[in-house]
Amino acid sequence: MQEVLTGMTEPVLSVRNLTVRLPGGADRENAIEGISFDIGPREIVCIVGESGSGKSVTAQAVMGLLPKRDLVVTAGETLLQGEDTTKAGIHRLRALRGTRMGMIFQEPMTALNPVQRVGQQIAEVLEIHTKLSGTEQRQRVLDIMKAVHLPDPELMIDAYPHQLSGGQRQRIMIAAALILDPALLIADEPTTALDVTTQAQILRLIKEMQSRRNTGVMFITHDFGVVSEIADRVVVMQRGRVVEQGTRDEVLRRPREAYTKMLVAAVPSLVPPKRAPVEGKLALEAKKLSKIYGRRTFLNRKARIVKAAQDVNFHICKGETLGIVGESGSGKTTVARCIARLIEPSEGEILIEGANVAHLPERDLRPYRRDIQIVFQDPYRSLNPRRTVGQSIIEGPVNFGMTREKAVGKARELMQLVGLSPDALDRYPHQFSGGQRQRICIARALAMGPTLLIADEAVSALDVSVQAQVLELLDNIRKQFDLAVLFITHDLRVAAQICDRIAVMKNGVVVEHGTTADVFRSPQHEYTKALFDAAPGRDFGVQQSVA
Amino acid sequence: MATIDAAPPVSRRRSVWSTVLRNPSVLFGGSIALIMLIIAILAPFLDTRDPAEINPSARNQKPGYTATVRDDEGKRIQVKYHLGTDSLGRDIYSRVIYGARVSLIVGITVAVIAVFVGLIIGMIAGYVRWLDSIIMRFMDGLMAIPEILLAIALVSLSRAGLPAVVIAIVIPQVPRVVRLVRSVVLSIREEPYVESAITVGTPTPTLLFRHVLPNTTAPLIVQGTFICASAILVEAILSFLGIGIPPEVPTWGNIMAEGRTYFRILPHNILYPGIALALAVLAINMLGDGLRDTLDPRFAKRF
Repeated sequence: MQEVLTGMTEPVLSVRNLTVRLPGGADRENAIEGISFDIGPREIVCIVGESGSGKSVTAQAVMGLLPKRDLVVTAGETLLQGEDTTKAGIHRLRALRGTRMGMIFQEPMTALNPVQRVGQQIAEVLEIHTKLSGTEQRQRVLDIMKAVHLPDPELMIDAYPHQLSGGQRQRIMIAAALILDPALLIADEPTTALDVTTQAQILRLIKEMQSRRNTGVMFITHDFGVVSEIADRVVVMQRGRVVEQGTRDEVLRRPREAYTKMLVAAVPSLVPPKRAPVEGKLALEAKKLSKIYGRRTFLNRKARIVKAAQDVNFHICKGETLGIVGESGSGKTTVARCIARLIEPSEGEILIEGANVAHLPERDLRPYRRDIQIVFQDPYRSLNPRRTVGQSIIEGPVNFGMTREKAVGKARELMQLVGLSPDALDRYPHQFSGGQRQRICIARALAMGPTLLIADEAVSALDVSVQAQVLELLDNIRKQFDLAVLFITHDLRVAAQICDRIAVMKNGVVVEHGTTADVFRSPQHEYTKALFDAAPGRDFGVQQSVA
Repeated sequence: MATIDAAPPVSRRRSVWSTVLRNPSVLFGGSIALIMLIIAILAPFLDTRDPAEINPSARNQKPGYTATVRDDEGKRIQVKYHLGTDSLGRDIYSRVIYGARVSLIVGITVAVIAVFVGLIIGMIAGYVRWLDSIIMRFMDGLMAIPEILLAIALVSLSRAGLPAVVIAIVIPQVPRVVRLVRSVVLSIREEPYVESAITVGTPTPTLLFRHVLPNTTAPLIVQGTFICASAILVEAILSFLGIGIPPEVPTWGNIMAEGRTYFRILPHNILYPGIALALAVLAINMLGDGLRDTLDPRFAKRF
């Protein structure tokens, strides 16, 4: 398949002056406006931008997947090997999809049909577009499964999606998208839902497949680490317009536009800054904390036991940030929920000022509720949509006997503190953006006057620029209130920037624990090393902090 | 510092109701249901006679029959039986109009009581873990018995009458509401905003009423209308079988039971109450469908 490519080749995809109109009542007129870029064969073009910048709309326009009534292409063309897909009819588009362009999505869980064998789902493409016999089809499917490095294709071809891991499902998706060797592969945030180690493997796979098959790839992502890992060229989008495009090095190392500079600067570096060791009073200590699910009961003697957290020990001092990092299923959130006493740990102690709150019943726990507050990941679900933000913020203080007037006064101060207008207290959560809502959640937590603030992936759902602001806010309030912060994250970059100490968790166990600088400079445990190796775009962060 | 470019505070409620009222099913079903309600309330003023009054000389008459009767003061007056009379000479028109009263009273009280009882039991089942399986197994048991069979059994336990009929129809409906409420509570209790409320020390009863209960309103309004329609139907069935409301009280089921004997010769005895019943149930079901589509879009077209 290897061909020597000459410098001047026809682009696989050429987007020319594309404009897609939004339905009336949206925040702007056009979802995307006059965007143009080319993707050559064997080229990976990353489209980066924050949420709402029009990345996915661009992909949908090329695939002809725009929701018919809501989004309409009003100008421009998307030339797939010279053929305009925006003008193609349903039948022509169906013929093009799969044969000349393929697409993979963010959620490998939902993109596959749960009641169909994965082999059939790959073969479906062949069924539609070729006249191969059943055995030939099966052979082709096995070949492509081998090519995407799925273990034991002979067995896996008859598996159902739920029997595979997230990474394996994404490999199936890639296999289905590439089986007919399309000229263009569109990947819409294909690794966002995956763990870092799996993400690294999938990125490597996409790169390998595309260079071997001469596929042009349109890779949509918000993650600059991924961009620096995989991109040949980068297109930066903001509010439906292309802000800047160029080769990877041009855009990442020498950005021209202010917006790109801001975005690149907002990406946290993987190199932890120098931090003075914190010597505060002990705020909280966890001893031998365990949470085991699925106890054997009288009726169910063979219940499956899941050890979500096992023998976890740590302490946090006032004014200190302890990070717990790990992949999904590592038990980091379980630990956070135990500490916040949203669940009762199976064993162990949680000591606040010498008192063990691990097993207190709700009534006796109440006085300690003020001490520990939590900010959750999803800003859209952490505030009751039916209550004004003011009502949400004063709820806690009023529970503990503060008068409404006093509580509202305090809420106004806190709104100011987190960078929002105090007059916004009587608005509803849906009137705020994700970052603003996260600020409100922080204000709600602070209203209780806690000694420990748990941030459970509190910035993971935010765009980089907003993420940087919220991280700064968290750091400021930590200093101002001498707060102990328990920072739960899967993002090593964020952890490197904000944590004083780091505990790395895997399968419910803390495998490594030390100061951030030590852990990042010389990780001891195999798993920690693997985690760091997998972090996308490691050189990007390093060079950036050197510069 | 950062400013808010958020939209000005708009009343969420008004926008929800305006979409609800624009839905054609809601408009159509709602207006018919409303007209029926008005008819039921204004029954005495709609050219009706006492629905229990017997006129032996005008038995089994066709619609439009005119008779001369004496009024309370003994004067002779002309009376027109718009929809004919039954085998005791009672005015079918008046009985159908007054029958709307019983049907709507049964429908609405059953809906209100079933929703209220189901809401409380459902909240307990959803929030108190150890009670959950006990309550739900009991509810499963209730649901395993066919609705009408259970109602018949319950009615026959006591003296026939409106309260007995209402209770007999409520009990089979409660498990449906309990299931619905429980499922809403189970999903809402995992929401981060509920967990936040726990960490700021909100007592459990307040937590339930402030953060969980409002989420059940929309599905319960929808479920309530369906229960109302079903209750009207079940009441008519019980009356038709002669085990519901006493036969002298005009209900659609009673009129049809009465007319059954002469159905071949005098079909109007069954036709008109039948039309009224069908129209009422259809209107309320359409109202419920429309409400479900607008208030609870997640469940649209799933039943």
